[in-house]
Amino acid sequence: MHNYGYNLFQKKDILKNQESIIFKNLSEAIERSEIKDGMTISFHHHYRDGDLLLNMVMDLLAEKGLKDLILVVTSLRNHHKLGNHIKNGVINKIYTTGLRGKLGKLIKKGIMDHPVVFYSHGGRAAAIASGRIKVDIAFIAASIADQFGNINGVLGKSICGSLGYAKVDATYAKTVIAVVEKIASRPLEIVSIPQKHVDYIVQIDKIGESNKIATGSLRQQSNTRDLSIARQVAEVIISLENFKDGYSLQTGSGSISLGVNSFIENFMINKKIKGNFLLGGVTADHVNMLKKGLFNKIYDTQTFHPDAIESLKNNVHHQEIDAVTYASPFNKRALVNYLDFVVLSALEIDLNFNVNVLTAANGDFYGAIGGHSDTAAGAKVSIVTAPSYRGRIPSITEQVKTIVTPGHTIDILVTERGVAVNPARKDLLDQLKTNSKINLKKINRIYDEVIELTGKPEEVNHTGKVVGLVEYRDGSLIDVIYGEEL
Amino acid sequence: MNNKLRRSMLYIPANNPAMIQDAFIYGADTILFDLEDSIAISEKDAARELLIEALNSLNFNNTEIAVRINSLDSKFGLKDLKSIVPIGPDIIRIPKIETKEQIIKIDKLITKLERKANLQPGFIEIMAMIETAKGVLNLEKIVASSERLSALTLGAEDLTTDMGIKRTSLGRELFLTRSKIALVAAAYKINAIDTVFSDFNDLNGLKKETLQSKELGFTGKAVIHPRQVDIVNHVFTPSQEEIEDAKEIVRQASQAEEFGKGVIAVKGKMVDLPILNRAKEIINKYEKREVIK
Repeated sequence: MHNYGYNLFQKKDILKNQESIIFKNLSEAIERSEIKDGMTISFHHHYRDGDLLLNMVMDLLAEKGLKDLILVVTSLRNHHKLGNHIKNGVINKIYTTGLRGKLGKLIKKGIMDHPVVFYSHGGRAAAIASGRIKVDIAFIAASIADQFGNINGVLGKSICGSLGYAKVDATYAKTVIAVVEKIASRPLEIVSIPQKHVDYIVQIDKIGESNKIATGSLRQQSNTRDLSIARQVAEVIISLENFKDGYSLQTGSGSISLGVNSFIENFMINKKIKGNFLLGGVTADHVNMLKKGLFNKIYDTQTFHPDAIESLKNNVHHQEIDAVTYASPFNKRALVNYLDFVVLSALEIDLNFNVNVLTAANGDFYGAIGGHSDTAAGAKVSIVTAPSYRGRIPSITEQVKTIVTPGHTIDILVTERGVAVNPARKDLLDQLKTNSKINLKKINRIYDEVIELTGKPEEVNHTGKVVGLVEYRDGSLIDVIYGEEL
Repeated sequence: MNNKLRRSMLYIPANNPAMIQDAFIYGADTILFDLEDSIAISEKDAARELLIEALNSLNFNNTEIAVRINSLDSKFGLKDLKSIVPIGPDIIRIPKIETKEQIIKIDKLITKLERKANLQPGFIEIMAMIETAKGVLNLEKIVASSERLSALTLGAEDLTTDMGIKRTSLGRELFLTRSKIALVAAAYKINAIDTVFSDFNDLNGLKKETLQSKELGFTGKAVIHPRQVDIVNHVFTPSQEEIEDAKEIVRQASQAEEFGKGVIAVKGKMVDLPILNRAKEIINKYEKREVIK
C-alpha cells in the first residue's frame, strides 16, 4: 500500500499514519494489513535454521482461519510444522528454492494440490521484480528498526547480517510488515531496507537465533577427501587465464568450498594476485581475505558467520546487495555476470554435465537451488565439486534425477578421482594441461571408475503425481519431480 | 636396482575400508598399506583378508602399491607374505631387517611364491626397514644381498628403543643412522625413505624435518596423514627453475656433442658428466606430464 505523491494525503491522514506504524502485536499488524484468503505472502531465510518468523506467522494465520494462501519463500529449512497448514488448507501453493527433511517427505507423498515451484535466487528476484509473482504481503524478519520503519540485520541482539533476498520483496510487495526485536531509540545509522518500503513494524521478544545462521549447508572441513577436492579446485583456478589481478570469485558454503578459500588465499598471497570482488553467501574466510586486502570488495546477499555480520556492519567495502543485483537473469548488470569463477556443489552430475542439487538418489527432497543456475550461467568459469560417490551412491550418473542447472553452463567437474572438463570448453582444457598437479580425466572415465566401485544402483523412480516443478532462472520449466505413488 | 620417484609413501591401516578405497586421491607416490604396527593383534587376520580383497578388486589409478607386512619373526609375518605376494604388489616393506641372511631368505621365499602365482620372478621389490643398531651396522651387506631391494627406510621408534635413547625434536640421535642410510642407498642407486613425522597437525615442523631429510640425501618420506602428502611431495620436487635449468643443460650438452665439443658451461658453471646425468634424471622424473586419461 505504498502511496507516493504528497498531495494524495490530507494532513490528518499523515498524522494518523505516523502514529500507527509500530505494533506490539503481530496479530494486530496482520489485521491491519487486510490479509485475505488466497493472497500471496512471502518470507526469507536469512536466519537460516534460526528462523522463527515463518512458523509464527503461519500459526497465527491458521488461527485466524485464513485459507488458500500462496507461500513465496526464499527457502524452507526447519519448517515441518507447515505440513499441518497444508493439510488444513491454509497453504495452497508454495514457491521456494529449497526443501528437505520432514516437510519434503510429506510433499513427496503428495499432500499438496499444486506442485511446489522451485526457482533460483535470481529466478525468484526476476519473477517478483517483473511482476510474474505478485507478493501481497511480505513478512521480513530483522533485528532492529527505527521509528520511521528503516530496518537492518546487523544491529540489535539477534542479528543475521544481510537482508539481500528480502530487499526485493520490500521493493515490490504491496504491503511490507517488518518484524523486529528492537526499536532503536534514534534513527538508524545503517539502513538495509529503507522506510519508504516498510508499511508496518511489529516488535516481538525474539525474532531469530543468531547462532544458527552458520548451520545447514555449512559443514566443518575436517574431511580429508573434501580437502583433497578443494585442493584440486584451487589448482584448477590458479591454472586458468582468468586467475589474474582484478578477478572475481564466488565459493559458496559447502565444506569443499570452505577448503577452497584457504588454498586460494595462499596462492593469491604467493603469486601476489589481488582480486576485485567476492560474491554471494559470506563466511569468515571471505572476510579475512577482504581484511588482508586480497579483494577490493564483498557483495553480500546472505551472511553465514558472526565475523561476516561484524564486517558488514563496519567495513564499507563489505556491501549488502539485493537478489536482483546479485543474480536476476533480467538484469544485464547482475553481479553473477561479472564473476570469473564460481565453485558449486552437486548432489548429482551427469555425463552431459547437468547438475541436480534438489533431490537425493532415493527421490527425497534434499537441498536447494540457491544461486546455482544463476552463477553457473553468469560466471566465466563454473566449477562443480562433488565426491565421486557418497556412502555407496555414485554422484556421477548417466542422467541426473532432476535437472536444476543445465550442463551447457557447467564448465568443470572436480572430484577426488579426477577433474573433468566439459568438452565444449576446450580452451579451459588446454589451459589446465599445463598444470601436472591436475588429474585430468574424461567424465565418462570417472563415471566408469565409480560404477566399478559401487555398482550401478537401482533407480528410484516415483510414479505418483507431479509434486515439484523446477524453473530455470528465466522462469521456463526445466524439469518436473514426481511424488510417491500412494 | 632402481631408483623410482617415491617422494611420499602414505601409510594406510589395512583394516579401514574407507581409507583404503580413497587412498590414492591424495597424490602420494606410493600407498603403503600397513599390516604391522597400526593393526591390533586381534585385527591381523581381518586386515589381511580385507587388503587382499581390496588389492584384487580396487583400482588405485596406477599409484604404486606397497604393503608393510609383519616381521617374519612374528607369527603373522609368513602368513602375510604368503597371502600378499600372489596379489603382486609393487613393493613389500619388511620390518626389523638387521642381517643379509634375512634378506636372502625372504628373497628366496618371494621367488618361490612368485613362481607359484605365475608372476615374473623378481617382479616384487622389497624395502628394508632398519630398526636396530645391528641393522645400521650391516646396512651395506643388506643392500648388496638382493637385486629386489629397491629402498631403505628407517624405523626411528624401534631404533631409539633398541639403543636405549629417546627421540628428540632436534633429531641428533638419528643423524648418523639417517646419513648412513642415505649414503648406502645412494651408493646402490636405491631409494632412501625417511621415517614418519608423527604430529600431523604441525605442518611447519613436517616441512622443516623433510627439508633436513632431503639435505641428508633421502629421496622420500613416509607420511601418516593425507595432509602431509603435499608438503613432502613439494620438498622432494625440484622447482620449475631447476627443471628449466636441467633442460638447458641437456640441450647444450647435446649440441656440444653434435659439434664435437667437450666440456661445456651453462650459466657460468662447468657441466661435467655427473651434472649432465643429474639433469637428465630430473627431466625424466619431474617434467610436466600432459596426459589425459
